[in-house]
Amino acid sequence: MKTNSTTVSNVKQGNTSTKLHNSLVYIRQHWQLYVIFMMPAFLLTLIFKYAPMSGILIAFQDYNPFRGVFGSEWVGLKHFTRFMTSPDFMGYLVNTLKLSVYGMLWGFPIPIILAFLLNRIQSTGIKKKIQLVLYLPNFVSVIVLCGLVRIILSVTGPVNLLLGTEINFMTMPEAFRTIYIVSGIWQGAGWASIMYTASLSNASQELKEAAVMDGANILQQIRAVEWPAIKDMVVIQFILQAGNIMSIGFEKAYALQTDLNLPASEIISTYVYRKGLIDGDYSFSTAVGLFNTVINVILLVVVNKIVARMNEGQGL
Amino acid sequence: MKKKSIFKYSAQDRMLLTIGYILLGLFVIAIIVPMVYIVVASFMDPITLQNKGITFDFSKWTTTAYERVMTNAQIWIGFKNAVIYSVLFTVVSVVVTLLAAYPLSRADFRGKGFFNIVFMITMFFGGGLIPTYLVVSNLGLVDSMWAVILPGAFSVWNMTIARTYYRGIPQELREAADVDGASELTFFFKILLPVCTPVIAVLTLWQFVGMWNSYFDAMIYLNDSAKQPLQLVLRSILIQNQPESGMIADMQSTAARAQLAELLKYATIIISSLPLLIMYPFFQKYFDSGIMAGAVKG
Repeated sequence: MKTNSTTVSNVKQGNTSTKLHNSLVYIRQHWQLYVIFMMPAFLLTLIFKYAPMSGILIAFQDYNPFRGVFGSEWVGLKHFTRFMTSPDFMGYLVNTLKLSVYGMLWGFPIPIILAFLLNRIQSTGIKKKIQLVLYLPNFVSVIVLCGLVRIILSVTGPVNLLLGTEINFMTMPEAFRTIYIVSGIWQGAGWASIMYTASLSNASQELKEAAVMDGANILQQIRAVEWPAIKDMVVIQFILQAGNIMSIGFEKAYALQTDLNLPASEIISTYVYRKGLIDGDYSFSTAVGLFNTVINVILLVVVNKIVARMNEGQGL
Repeated sequence: MKKKSIFKYSAQDRMLLTIGYILLGLFVIAIIVPMVYIVVASFMDPITLQNKGITFDFSKWTTTAYERVMTNAQIWIGFKNAVIYSVLFTVVSVVVTLLAAYPLSRADFRGKGFFNIVFMITMFFGGGLIPTYLVVSNLGLVDSMWAVILPGAFSVWNMTIARTYYRGIPQELREAADVDGASELTFFFKILLPVCTPVIAVLTLWQFVGMWNSYFDAMIYLNDSAKQPLQLVLRSILIQNQPESGMIADMQSTAARAQLAELLKYATIIISSLPLLIMYPFFQKYFDSGIMAGAVKG
């Protein structure tokens, strides 16, 4: 038994040492690849991505900035229980989920439909012009978009003038999600259609002509030729979006928040910011953020599994 | 020669297409109308605008709002900072990303698996807001522009796009360079990069637009008003309703001040959005090829 294991480990050692030797030779020959090409990205990743990961420890402490990570008191899961038993927890979680799930239900199909329509336009000149307009809002900043929304929906703004009313939409919690999602489609749907449009124009022209010769109508052509051309892209996009449901962005929600619409507009990312950087409750905020990240990773794995099962084993 | 459509649509198909095109047309109109509204409103007399809404009575048009915005120092500071941050960020980010993608695109690169895993993990898992803030602050970067530039400079997603693009470059180029005894650096800069213009253009545009339009990092790391980029200046005018001092201070009544503040918003939106909106059509031809490069499963 003993001799056996030593021989095995000897053989292994021999293998690893020649492997190691080969690697060293390779690295010496190609040192530029490591030092010049990889080093900058690697260092940035270590400093700004991995160093913060070790900072997650403070979620299990009562972190005191003056004492540092090593001097602060360990409190186990205190902040997690505090968060999960707080009456607000469910509200923020539901707000986050509703905002992204509804946003996806409305926002996901529209770029695909846009791409099908654009693909049917015969004149390339008109198509280019429409695309120019469709992509335009993508280059408007979040702040300008939200400023625009606030102007158009303000009490004295054009929408109220048209309706002859004086409704303050920005203070209504029940209006927040609609505002967020509609403005999101306004800004992003055109841009999101690019990759579908591009794969559609790569779809086999002969296949399409054959389908037309066979007397296929538009819906049949879509099913037989166009859908297969973009299916993989749709699946990837779906997994990425569904898997990132919890990581819905901070910037826009925060810029559309008012004190009065908070019941609908406070989501986990804005709560993390408020608790952490405004109230200075570092440990609690980190715990909430970690909770969010973990859920997100689980979701991504689950969605990927489900989609893979439905899609003949093809996931990410 | 482009083939003309060889068939006629059936009645049912025509109906489907008509509905589709009407919807597409409505969407296009919905994009244009708010933009036109802002442009027209920015020239209007604030009192008329508030009471009657938009009119096309050009006789009363005024450029007061533009004059006030253009003569405001904070707007120009914001512009200057936004240009500096966006240019530096774009250069750092695109260079680092293009460099890192090269070894990972090579089949023989030792340690590829290791680096791939190290990078991939960061796409799905991270420290979060406070731990990142603490690292940046421990490095002494608070109130330094590098706090805005460095943390997000290396994008794994963009690296994947560049890597996929490199792999599509014919192998013969590489072999030719080997025969000539070119070093990695010469090959990369003299042979590889020149044939990668579409992907470089797209990454440049993305990073520039992303930095120009973002405000979160600047909001948390830059407290000094002399270092604020344009978006933060815009935020106080558009979102927090706090026009920069001096923009409306000379107005006598509160009502007049409020009306002018509204008008300033329109002019601010136009002035701040113009640079990107003018720049973007020049990049349009690269969109398809650049984006498709990354869309291929990476």
